[in-house]
Amino acid sequence: MMPRKFENAVYPLAGVAVIIVAWEIYIHAFGISRIVLPSPTDIYHASVENWRTLVAQSWPTFLESVLGFGLAVVVGIPIAVCVANSRILNLTLYPILIATQSVPKVAIAPIVLVWFGLGMQSKLVIAFLVAFFPMVVDTAAGMRATPPGLLELARSLRASRLQIFLKVQFPAALPFVFAGAKVAVTLAVIGAVIGEFVGSVNGLGNLLLAANSQLDSPLAWAALLWLSVLGILLFAAVVIAERLLMPWAGTGH
Amino acid sequence: MTLLGPSGCGKTTFLKIVGGLIGATSGTIQINGTDVTEPHEDFGVVFQQANLMPWRTILDNVLFPMEIIGRTGAAATQRARTLLAQVGLEGFEKAYPSQLSGGMQQRAALCRALIHEPKLLLMDEPFGALDELTRMEMQELLLGIRERTGATTLFVTHSISEAIYISDAVVVFSKRPAVIADYIEVDLPYPRSAEIRYSARFTELEHRAGRALGITR
Repeated sequence: MMPRKFENAVYPLAGVAVIIVAWEIYIHAFGISRIVLPSPTDIYHASVENWRTLVAQSWPTFLESVLGFGLAVVVGIPIAVCVANSRILNLTLYPILIATQSVPKVAIAPIVLVWFGLGMQSKLVIAFLVAFFPMVVDTAAGMRATPPGLLELARSLRASRLQIFLKVQFPAALPFVFAGAKVAVTLAVIGAVIGEFVGSVNGLGNLLLAANSQLDSPLAWAALLWLSVLGILLFAAVVIAERLLMPWAGTGH
Repeated sequence: MTLLGPSGCGKTTFLKIVGGLIGATSGTIQINGTDVTEPHEDFGVVFQQANLMPWRTILDNVLFPMEIIGRTGAAATQRARTLLAQVGLEGFEKAYPSQLSGGMQQRAALCRALIHEPKLLLMDEPFGALDELTRMEMQELLLGIRERTGATTLFVTHSISEAIYISDAVVVFSKRPAVIADYIEVDLPYPRSAEIRYSARFTELEHRAGRALGITR
């Protein structure tokens, strides 16, 4: 039998390889135009030829996503803490949160653009808006899910509210915070791209749109590929942060 | 002192009122002449579940009360290590709770309750979730700890033999609405060891508790 670690790497790669090979064969067998669907080799060549452009255009999209996500974390967690700890704030804020969430983000993107312009701010705001909700909801759920036994223990020691929050509630909520952050970070990339589609001067979304309008499908697909890689890298960063901040997770039997 | 009685008779509620964790609907609890209305630093509590924090190592879990009352330091850490060694958890200081068995977790919880040298130890069915053999080991351990620390222990259980084996006195609660059905002074000699469970006097006391609970005639 193959070692487990090896297996974990081989099977996902094999899956991807099969799709790429089938794709390549399909394009050549049926003579599909590269404008309709470029072959994997076309996309690869487009990526290599335009790597400077792709790297340059990845940077603004990366910044927009990361800053939007960061803002969602910084704003979302305190709001979640308030909502989870105060009945009044919960009653006041929760309906508003749900209401803002039910507004389609694509629909408000043009309005955000009017407010913040074509530059980075508007994309950052849209990325923030989509990432914010899962951050708040998951963190609040985590704060409420503190094991009652731990709260009772803290009370038996006459811990202050601040001590209870810092030493019990917050660490207990961390797994939920990270669950929210994983969803939020992928949504932030989507938010940034939506913003770039609606109006921008740079970014991978902008490049994709431009390449598409020039019928340069291989480049559009290359931009798409880089966007996916960006999303995966940001997701991986959150997973690494989770492992570092929660070393106790995954130590079970 | 052990509170013995059927489930739902109010033993745990009573223990929590003594610990100041919940208020009494009527009457007052006095310890050394002062009313108990809130938890006190001189109390140590062990719950039915170990209630260890999964994000803290065993050592940090044991030190948690010291952090809350602001008595951390090298002396506290040393005391925690000594306590852990006394319950056979030497070498597990840096382990996380999820790496320990139920019995080991409960032993760590016992250390945590003892770390700030409480004068009153409140134990709410602490061995209830453990298997029979682990449970007996824990009872031995508790007897040893009581001997060393001299802390007054208020223990809640629904096991007759456990109540008698570890106590100076057993208060038997009846079914709801609970009244005190019997007060049994346990005159078994110390130090106690497992053999005593088979003595005539032990069986006699078990019988008496059983009668008070309405199990035997």
